[in-house]
Amino acid sequence: MQKLELIVIGNGMVGHHFLEQLAASPACERFAVTVLGEEQHLAYDRVHLSDYFSGQSAADLALGTAVQYQEWGFELRLGTRAAAIDRAQKTVSLDNGEVLNWDHLVLATGSYPFVPPIPGNDRAGCLVYRTLDDLDQIRAEAEQATTGVVVGGGLLGLEAANALKGLNLDTAVVEFAPRLMPMQVDAEGGALLQDKIESLGVQVLTGRATQRIEDGEASRHRMVFQDDKVLETDLIVFSAGIRPRDELAREAGLDMGERGGVVIDDQCRTSDPSILAIGEVALWNNSIFGLVGPGYQMAKAALDTLTEGERTFAGADMSTKLKLLGVDVGSIGDAHGDQSSGTKLYRYLDGVKQHYRKLVVSADGRRLLGAMLVGDNSYYDTLMQYYSNGLDLPADPESLILPVSEGGAPALGIDALPDTASICSCHNVTKGDITQCIHDGKASLGEVKEATRAATGCGGCAAQLKDVVDHEMAALGMEVSTDICEHFAYSRQELEHLIRVEEIRDFQTLRERYGQGLGCDICKPTVASILASVWNDYVLEDQHVGLQDTNDTFLANMQKDGTFSVVPRVAGGEITPERLIVLGEVARDFNLYTKITGGQRIDLFGAKLNQLPAIWQRLVDAGFETGHAYGKSVRTVKSCVGSTWCRYGVQDSVRLAIDLENRYKGVRAPHKLKFAVSGCTRECAEAQSKDVGVIATERGWNLYVAGNGGMRPRHADLFATDLDTETLIRTIDRFLMFYIRTADRLQRTARWLENLEGGLDYVKDVILHDSLGINADLDAQMARLIEHYQCEWKTTLESPERLKRFRQLINNDQDDPNVVFVEERGQIRPANDTERARLIPSVDI
Amino acid sequence: MAEALQVEAHQAGKAQAREWVTVGKRSDLIPGSGVGALVGDQQVAVFWLPELYDTLYAVSNYCPISGVHLIARGIVGDVGGEPVVATPLYKQHFSLLDGRCLEESEHRLQIYPARFLGSAVQIEVPVTGRSHRRQAA
Repeated sequence: MQKLELIVIGNGMVGHHFLEQLAASPACERFAVTVLGEEQHLAYDRVHLSDYFSGQSAADLALGTAVQYQEWGFELRLGTRAAAIDRAQKTVSLDNGEVLNWDHLVLATGSYPFVPPIPGNDRAGCLVYRTLDDLDQIRAEAEQATTGVVVGGGLLGLEAANALKGLNLDTAVVEFAPRLMPMQVDAEGGALLQDKIESLGVQVLTGRATQRIEDGEASRHRMVFQDDKVLETDLIVFSAGIRPRDELAREAGLDMGERGGVVIDDQCRTSDPSILAIGEVALWNNSIFGLVGPGYQMAKAALDTLTEGERTFAGADMSTKLKLLGVDVGSIGDAHGDQSSGTKLYRYLDGVKQHYRKLVVSADGRRLLGAMLVGDNSYYDTLMQYYSNGLDLPADPESLILPVSEGGAPALGIDALPDTASICSCHNVTKGDITQCIHDGKASLGEVKEATRAATGCGGCAAQLKDVVDHEMAALGMEVSTDICEHFAYSRQELEHLIRVEEIRDFQTLRERYGQGLGCDICKPTVASILASVWNDYVLEDQHVGLQDTNDTFLANMQKDGTFSVVPRVAGGEITPERLIVLGEVARDFNLYTKITGGQRIDLFGAKLNQLPAIWQRLVDAGFETGHAYGKSVRTVKSCVGSTWCRYGVQDSVRLAIDLENRYKGVRAPHKLKFAVSGCTRECAEAQSKDVGVIATERGWNLYVAGNGGMRPRHADLFATDLDTETLIRTIDRFLMFYIRTADRLQRTARWLENLEGGLDYVKDVILHDSLGINADLDAQMARLIEHYQCEWKTTLESPERLKRFRQLINNDQDDPNVVFVEERGQIRPANDTERARLIPSVDI
Repeated sequence: MAEALQVEAHQAGKAQAREWVTVGKRSDLIPGSGVGALVGDQQVAVFWLPELYDTLYAVSNYCPISGVHLIARGIVGDVGGEPVVATPLYKQHFSLLDGRCLEESEHRLQIYPARFLGSAVQIEVPVTGRSHRRQAA
C-alpha cells in the first residue's frame, strides 16, 4: 500500500508530542513522516528553559533523541526551514530550494517572542528569550555586562529576569501594565508579587512604556520612558509576550485570525482540511493557547483527525501554577472574576508573610469559578480539583484559602475525587487512568509516571500524583502493611479483638496462637498496653514485666542521662499545702530538680534507679498515688478554678476534674490521654486542645473530643452539648473505650478521628446512638478497668521481690557512678560532656 | 569475614586466660528481660530468655549511643530470628549474638559468654592482671 506523505513543520514540544503519539498509534504505518525543524536542536523542554542557566545541558532538556526518531521511521530534518506551502500542488519548498510533496500537513510552528516596535530595539545586545540559541547569546552578552533589563513583566519576562539574575547581572523588569503578571493576578496580588520580587533584589518598574533605546552614558544602552525618565543598562531582553509563527499559513492563504494565528476547528483542521495546525500557531475560538498542556491536547485531537479517532479539542483550561524568582503564583480558571455576573469574591491577604489568595465563587456559592494565589501555592491542588471537577464547595468556601495551623493547606481527600478528575492536564491523565495503571501492576510512582506520562509535562501535578498513587496502592494493600511488626501479621485493632474475644491474658499465649519469633520492642509494649486496656492487671507481673517499655517497667520517666523523673498524681491540679510541703521535702531530701508540668503537676527529676522505691515510700506514706506520667495512659485532668472562686464560673470545674481524673486514672490506651475541664466559656483550662475536653454551660457540660496540642495541634470537635454529669461521664466512658479498641498503636485521638472512616459523625452514631450495639459492652469494659485500678507504686512497694528490680546492679548496691550532676539556678541538672570529663576520673581498663 | 572474626577470638582466647565469674542467682534475673551486674569494674547487662532454650546472654551495659549504662533496661526480642536488645532511649537494636548495632554499624557492644552453673549466673571474662597475680600467688 502506498503510504501517505505526512509532513510536520516545527519540532517544538507540541510537534514532538504529536509525533510521539503518532509513533505509538497502530495507524502510524500508514504514513511516511517527515519532520522539519528550524532549530539545530531536536525538540526540547521549553518550560524548563531557564534550567539551562543552572547547569542543565541541551541534552538534559531534550525530549527525544535522533535515534528514537530513526526507530520510529520518521525522517528528521533539523536546521531546515520551510519557505512556502503550495496548497494546489500539495508541496512544501524548503529554504535550500528542495520541494517536498505531502498528502497531509501539520503546522506546529509555535510562536516567536514579541518585540515591541521601539526605535533602537534592534541594537546589538537587545535580545529575546525563547530558544537555546537565544540563551547562548544572552550568556555571551552577559559576560561583558553588569546590568540587565527585561522588557515584560509577565510569566516569561519574570523567567527571563530570573535567568539574568542567575548570570549575576543587576536586574530590572520593566512592565507596560500597571502591575506584574497582569494576566494572572489582580492589583493586590500584583503589588504583593512586586514587593516579593523587589525584596529579592530585582528592581521592578511598572506602568512604563519604553519610547526609545539609545546609547547610554554609564552603560551600553539607555532606555527612555514616556515621562522622559531613563534607565541605563548593558543588556536588554524582550519578553513581552508571544506571537504565532503563522507566516507560512498566511502566505498559503489559510484563514487567519484578526491578530494572527491559523484558525482551526475542534478537529484542529485549518480552512484547508488537509492541513492541520496545533500549538501556539493555532487559533481556536479566537484564542491562542500559550501553554504546553492545551498544545498537547491539540496534538492528540489532530492525531485522531488523521487516524479517524474521536478526540477533539474543546478548549483548555489556562490554570497555571508557577514559581517565578522563587515566588509562588497560581491562577485557576476565571481568576479575575470578570467572566460571569453575580460572582462572590473571597480574599485573604497576609501582609507579613506576603501571601494573597482569592476565590471566585458562583452566585449560588456552590462552584469554584476561579482562584488566584500569590506567595503560597500549597492551596493550588485542592482548589484545582474543586474547579476542574465542579465539586460542591464546602459551606464556608473561605476555609479553602484561610491559613491552617496543621502543617499545610486543606487537602481534598483523594476519595472525594471522581475517576474522571484530571490529575495531569498536560498529558490528560485522570485519576481513573492512574488507578487502572496500578491495577495493571505498576507498583511505584516511577512506573506510573513512565506508563501514563503524568507529571512529565509541566510537573505541576507531581505532588498530587504521588498522593493518588500512594492512596491507590494503600487501597490495594500494596506495600502499606498494617501488620504491627514481623512477629504478628495483625493490626493493633485486630490484636485487641483477639485478646478480648479469646480472653487471652498474656503475651506468651498470644504469640503461640497468632505470632512468631520472640517478639520485639514494637509488639511487646503494644500487647502489654492492650492487655492492660482489657484486663488491667498489675503491669509488673512476671508474665508482663518483660513487655514493658523502660518507663512502665520502673514506673517513672527515664531522662536523657538514664535517671528518672517522678510525678505523683495531683488530681485536677488541686493540692493541699501539707502535700505540697511533702513534695518539697522529698525533692530536697533526695536532691531532685523540681519543675511544674503543663498538666498542673510537679515533676521531680534526677532520681537514680535505686532511689525510686525510697522516694515513692515517702510519697505513698504521705497519701500520694502514682501519676502514670510514665504510661501510655490517662495523664491529668487540667482545670480552671471554676465557680467556687471565679466570678465568671458557671459550674464546679475543679470537682468534675478531680472526679474524672480519679475515675480514669491508670487507664492504659494506645497513646497518652489528656483531659481538661473549664468552668465557663472563657475556657481557661484550654479544654479544646485536649483528647477529652469539657466546658461548663449554664445548663450542664459541653463535651469536646480529639483535640491535640504538641507537634500537630488540632482543635477539638464539639461532641455533645448541655450534658448532665452522669450522661457526660457515660459518654466519655464510651468514647475512651471505643478509641482504645480501634486506634492504631501510638495514635492520639486527634489522628485516630482524622483517619477513622466516617469521622466524627460515625463516632457520634456509635457512642450517642449505639449504632453498633456495643455500648453495653463498652460500659462493662470501662467498669472492669475502674474496678481493677491500683496504685502501681503502692503494689510494688508491698513486694520485696519486685523491688529487687530497682537496682542498677544485682551484685552491688552502688548506684550508677557515671551519673553526674552539676548545679544551675540553685538546682541539679545533668552534666554536659565537658563537665563530665572533668568530674569523672578516668578509669584504666 | 565471620571466619576471620572467629580466628581472632580464638587467638585472643589463647593469648589471655579467661575465667567464669558468678554475678548472681537465677532468682536475681527477670524472665524475658535484663538486669545489670558488675564484673570487675565493668557493668554487664545479663538477659535471660526462658522461651529461647533457657539461654543467657551478656553484653556490656554501656550504650555507646546515649552514653548511659542502661542496656539491661532494654526490651529483648528478635529481628529476623536474631536475638536483639533495643536500647531504651533511642531504640536502636543490638545483636545479642555478636553485639553489633543493626542500625548504626559503627557501634558495637562487648559480648560476654554467660551460663547457668546450677542456680548460679556466671559470666566469662578475661583474667585481669591483678586477679591473675593473686591466683599465681
